[in-house]
Amino acid sequence: MAPQQRKPHVCRNPDLIRGVGKYSRSKMYHKRGLWAIKAKNGGAFPKHEKKAVAAAPAEKPPKFYPADDVKKPLVNKRKARPTKLRASITPGTVLIVLAGRFKGKRVVFLKQLTSGLLLVTGPFKINGIPLRRVNQSYVIATSTKVDISGVNVEKFDDKYFGKKVEKKKKKGEGEFFEAEKEEKNTLPQEKKDDQKSVDAALIQCIEAVPDLKSYLGARFSLKAGMKPHELVF
Amino acid sequence: MPFKRYVEIGRIALVNYGKDYGKLVVIVDVIDQNRALVDAPDMVRGQMNFKRLTLTDIKIDIKRVPNKKTLIAALEAADVKNKWESSSWGRKLIVQKKRASLNDFDRFKIMLAKIKKAGVVRQELAKLKKETTA
Repeated sequence: MAPQQRKPHVCRNPDLIRGVGKYSRSKMYHKRGLWAIKAKNGGAFPKHEKKAVAAAPAEKPPKFYPADDVKKPLVNKRKARPTKLRASITPGTVLIVLAGRFKGKRVVFLKQLTSGLLLVTGPFKINGIPLRRVNQSYVIATSTKVDISGVNVEKFDDKYFGKKVEKKKKKGEGEFFEAEKEEKNTLPQEKKDDQKSVDAALIQCIEAVPDLKSYLGARFSLKAGMKPHELVF
Repeated sequence: MPFKRYVEIGRIALVNYGKDYGKLVVIVDVIDQNRALVDAPDMVRGQMNFKRLTLTDIKIDIKRVPNKKTLIAALEAADVKNKWESSSWGRKLIVQKKRASLNDFDRFKIMLAKIKKAGVVRQELAKLKKETTA
């Protein structure tokens, strides 16, 4: 018989309550058939011979004992994981940014990066928000979703958004006062192209829904009579 | 100012407090000065203090403490649901519920619609003003 065809075995000693079984030790001894095993083995429980343990090589006593006891740090098996994403935030959700220079703006969520931050885009043509990282805590998730299946966000990760490391120039005395730094505040063309490619598919899906484009272009604000704890987003 | 809505068997009331807040129930029996036996198609028959009930204009024809089947049949026959939803009180409640459940996007669309409507009204008003002054 193949092992998969076995019926799942019912527990021999069901719990009356947690920690208390239905049958006593002596009853269980009988149920498990230990008496039969003993009888088969001539009165005693069959024993295996112990495997011969190889003699451990003789350890020399250490030459040096430290003067004070060194405390060992406790074991820590925690793994670093990205922040747990709220269930209301799924790819394509419209989020309301609550802090920073884009506060109040409505933005489309793309994916969560490994650092836990959310990758988000305006789209840029609609409300001026580029591909950007945003913390989950500074965001309200609305229940409006945009279809994001046509967008490829595989290549974006935290390193893409990190600050560029400038190569240190050797200080020359003449150059001290001239400040020969190039104004590196222009965005590299590559990032502009990335923005365009991500937004192209998104904007098509957004324009398919009436009013969604102007919705994303408008800022959110609390008006008189709006009670945030009663609002449904 | 005599009373118009009386507590009687078959009176439909709105629950205004408690677990069944907002439900329409039928007064099926009167227990004592303060409490009534109350029943609805989707709840277990039970007692409720009159203070938790607000009487409506609707009354159905039932005998004291009918069984659930008879009650539901009587409610259908009197068409309570439609009468309630077409009454101004019932309509107001429906609108309140709708407003409370609005999405952020829905609120935005409503804002646009209100502005549009106001624009149309203002145009018409301007036209009428011109006609009367001219």
